[in-house]
Amino acid sequence: MLKNRIIPCLDVKNGRVVKGINFVDLKDAGDPVEQAKIYSDGGADEICFLDITASNENRDTIYDVVEKTSKKCFVPLTVGGGVRSVDDINKLLNCGADKVSINTAAVQNPEVVVNSSKKFGSQCIVVAIDAKKNGDRWEIFTHGGRNNTGIDALDFAKKMEDNGAGELLVTSMDRDGTQVGYDIDLMSKISSKVNIPVIASGGVGNLDHLVDGIKLGNASAVLAASIFHYGKFSVKEAKEYLNSKGIPVRI
Amino acid sequence: MNVTIVDYNSGNISSVINSFKEVAKDKVNIEVTSDLNKIKSSDKVVLPGQGSFKSCVDALNNINGLVDTLNEFVITNKKPLLGICVGLQMFADIGYEEIETKGLGWISGKVSKIDNQNGKYKLPHIGWNQINIVKESKIFKNIENNSHMYFVHSYEFIPNDKNVISATTDYSSNIVCSVEKENIFGTQFHPEKSDKIGLKIIDNFINL
Repeated sequence: MLKNRIIPCLDVKNGRVVKGINFVDLKDAGDPVEQAKIYSDGGADEICFLDITASNENRDTIYDVVEKTSKKCFVPLTVGGGVRSVDDINKLLNCGADKVSINTAAVQNPEVVVNSSKKFGSQCIVVAIDAKKNGDRWEIFTHGGRNNTGIDALDFAKKMEDNGAGELLVTSMDRDGTQVGYDIDLMSKISSKVNIPVIASGGVGNLDHLVDGIKLGNASAVLAASIFHYGKFSVKEAKEYLNSKGIPVRI
Repeated sequence: MNVTIVDYNSGNISSVINSFKEVAKDKVNIEVTSDLNKIKSSDKVVLPGQGSFKSCVDALNNINGLVDTLNEFVITNKKPLLGICVGLQMFADIGYEEIETKGLGWISGKVSKIDNQNGKYKLPHIGWNQINIVKESKIFKNIENNSHMYFVHSYEFIPNDKNVISATTDYSSNIVCSVEKENIFGTQFHPEKSDKIGLKIIDNFINL
């Protein structure tokens, strides 16, 4: 039976982890490689890096991070943030990323998704959808949630599937950082709209939220950042909890 | 010993390279090349593959003499080869991804889209699934039955002779996920992404 995945996400800025696990025995809390290794040793099903480097001159730092991590972690590694072109995707894959997530570029230039999935295969193309509720629908935001495009999230999700995306990483902008749980309505609506796996993101504050994301939101995988970073729960604890609730996980 | 990972522009093979180098340490030399002479002289060959069946077959054919060299290595000289993902799928006679495409024909059979039961199951089949070991395979030495492996694919290999199947996995149907036929080994899952247990399979192959 296929297992539901738990994916810890690390925010990386200028090659350093911004929010990280506060373990006392950690030699360098800012080292993304060391943090990723802790997660993979702890049973993470995948690792996600979100590059939030703002300045262009430091953008290359992520390549070095990915290269070093991929030599230490032998679970899938997804990298997103600032991916603009087929060339950017190529560089990340060559450094050892297994999947690349595309956000703003997928909205501005959907051809990037078409061309990259043709060139590298759908299996490594994740489209990251940042959605915010507006009345009875959700709209797509770009540029790290700053720009409202007015595009309907459900239509966009379907379009990205048609364009060749292998997975959708769906983040609720309303819930991100709130720790009140995923936007279940959004997740389940997108999941039933498309036939590709949906990764739920944004809003996790406790382990029941992970359960809800899978059971009610129909997500194939759940992504979380803060609950793991601050040592509130380990990946292992999360998996054991999901297992106790009847959700199939890899233990 | 020399193990060659065939670099034929089949997409992203850095994870395969990293995992083999991690397992090999300094004991085994890992080459990454499409150089025909290097392939001929190596002890073992790894055939990775990402993207579509057609794109991988086209990429193999684009390198002059590569298919002949691989045939000689596998069929004439009977040296060990491990195919991963589409690398395994290409063992078939024919594949139906994008357009009907001829495979290497090493293990008789076809590659078809996984039946998603009218959308009941998501495709690609992405994530960790357990393998049911159905026959002893040299690459499964010290691998427990029902171990989790990482999968990502929408097409499945259906061999004609079921005796080549060494493991299956349960998704929308029972999917062939590992084969062994004499010196030919293949995994539909990605041992290079399947954590320590996956590295053990790579170690088993290197130590054949």
